[in-house]
Amino acid sequence: MTTILSIRDLRKSYADGFEALKGVTLDIEEGEILALLGPNGAGKTTLISTVCGITTPTSGSVTVGGHDIQTEYRAARKMIGLVPQEIALEPFEKVWNTVQFSRGLFGHGRDNARIEEILRKLSLWDKRRNAIKELSGGMKRRVLIAKALAHEPRILFLDEPTAGVDVELRKDMWEIVAELKRSGVTIILTTHYIEEAEAIADRVGVIDKGELLLVQEKDTLMAQMGKKQIEVMLTEPISAIPDSLSVHQLTLNGPGDALIYTYDTHAERTGITTLLNDVAQTGLVLRDVQTRQSSLEEIFVNLVSGDPA
Amino acid sequence: MNWAAIAAIYRFEMARFFRTLAQSFLSPVLSTSLYFVVFGTAIGSRIQEVEGVSYGAFIVPGLIMLSVVMLSISNASFGIYFPKFLGTIYELLSAPINFIEIVIGYVGAAATKALFVGLVILGTATFFVDIRIEHPFAMAAFLILSCLSFSLLGFIVGIWASNFEQMSLIPQLVVTPLIFLGGTFYSISMLPPLWQTITLFNPVVYLISGFRWSFYGIADVPIFWSLLAIIAFTGLCLAVIGWIFRTGWRIRS
Repeated sequence: MTTILSIRDLRKSYADGFEALKGVTLDIEEGEILALLGPNGAGKTTLISTVCGITTPTSGSVTVGGHDIQTEYRAARKMIGLVPQEIALEPFEKVWNTVQFSRGLFGHGRDNARIEEILRKLSLWDKRRNAIKELSGGMKRRVLIAKALAHEPRILFLDEPTAGVDVELRKDMWEIVAELKRSGVTIILTTHYIEEAEAIADRVGVIDKGELLLVQEKDTLMAQMGKKQIEVMLTEPISAIPDSLSVHQLTLNGPGDALIYTYDTHAERTGITTLLNDVAQTGLVLRDVQTRQSSLEEIFVNLVSGDPA
Repeated sequence: MNWAAIAAIYRFEMARFFRTLAQSFLSPVLSTSLYFVVFGTAIGSRIQEVEGVSYGAFIVPGLIMLSVVMLSISNASFGIYFPKFLGTIYELLSAPINFIEIVIGYVGAAATKALFVGLVILGTATFFVDIRIEHPFAMAAFLILSCLSFSLLGFIVGIWASNFEQMSLIPQLVVTPLIFLGGTFYSISMLPPLWQTITLFNPVVYLISGFRWSFYGIADVPIFWSLLAIIAFTGLCLAVIGWIFRTGWRIRS
């Protein structure tokens, strides 16, 4: 794997003192899909805008394929395609022309075959002669993607690609992203839908208040999610865990009236039956039993609220 | 230079023009005809010749300038304001192009459209009055420079404007009065001496005077000053655009 995008201590502050990015450092590997999760106003769009050249960074550096985004902006930007969050299109322009325009803007000559390929891939071929104002919202989003792909970028930024779209279209969008990944495009998408990150990302980054709190393989996060806890509540509090239960590696909660057992839901044997038998053997009386699962959502909420997951 | 990008912007802007070709063509023909009916025929018949040129023919250079200046400003300002308004400017800012290329694309297209309309008006005028062009190269130079310089001004207006009201502010409150008071419909020698002096502070006087000189060889101010004025104005607009480019004023946060 080679690093295609390297962000080093990127900061952006505005005249009013607001710090939108507080020293973000991030490496993106070629061919991966990274989902940036974060609440509204976390700095996701600022990060993307800065990498793409729309916003000027206050300090820090960004290189794309080894090209600095400020000193070698032409080479860097040629490698990037951007699909913005808002649908921004010239309403009277025809689909074909607007995609052609984008290709030209990035310094490429006409290539009808390439544009046809993109339009077909995005199911826009039948609409190529339509004016953009005649298209549905979902189709307009596809046009934005087609425009971003027109110059054959190696990195595609999708800023909230499925914000406000219906379930069916969201699935379509995920399929498009998967297809792009298969064709070798590196994809960075922002979202505040956790299930979206789960469904399509290889890695997940969590950003809040301009800081990147965590970047992790999605599978590692999923493994954390796969852990489940069972809480065995006792009628009488105890001061220590009986030795006969030490094999289960339990922890005692604060007041001492609940034993906490962590297990892997994916394991062949969870050990719950044995645990409950052993607890009964020790003579402890159970008041209640409940299970708890830490979801990606929970990890995310804990991270952005500053509590440990 | 990213020539493909310049061509893409230019074609995109011209496509807008061709989509409404009938309007682009008919509107100047109609308005010019109206000016001739009102000023040339109805009023002009009561006005004696101006320095040996019939009144109808005398106003032609001024009429062309009037339209060319207004259209250059509106074409260029809309060209760059529209992407800001629609949000499509993200694409220009994230493309591998610099500001000079953006300016060439937009200003080039705006100037081309204005030049086209200027020539249409000139053609229309020949149906109403006898026109002679004594200095065709000077005429072409003045016309092209005017298209370019006022398109540059329009581009600045489009960058500056943050709503549609501001877009029409400069053309209507500043440029229109300057053109009407700049000798479009009269020779400044017809004015009282005090007003003749005041008028010399109006830059449009130099423009129209020089353009009229290229037609009939008559001018309110020496041709050298006219040429200097248009070049200075172009230089000023380029300097302002250069400053916008360096600072990213109103376009890049």
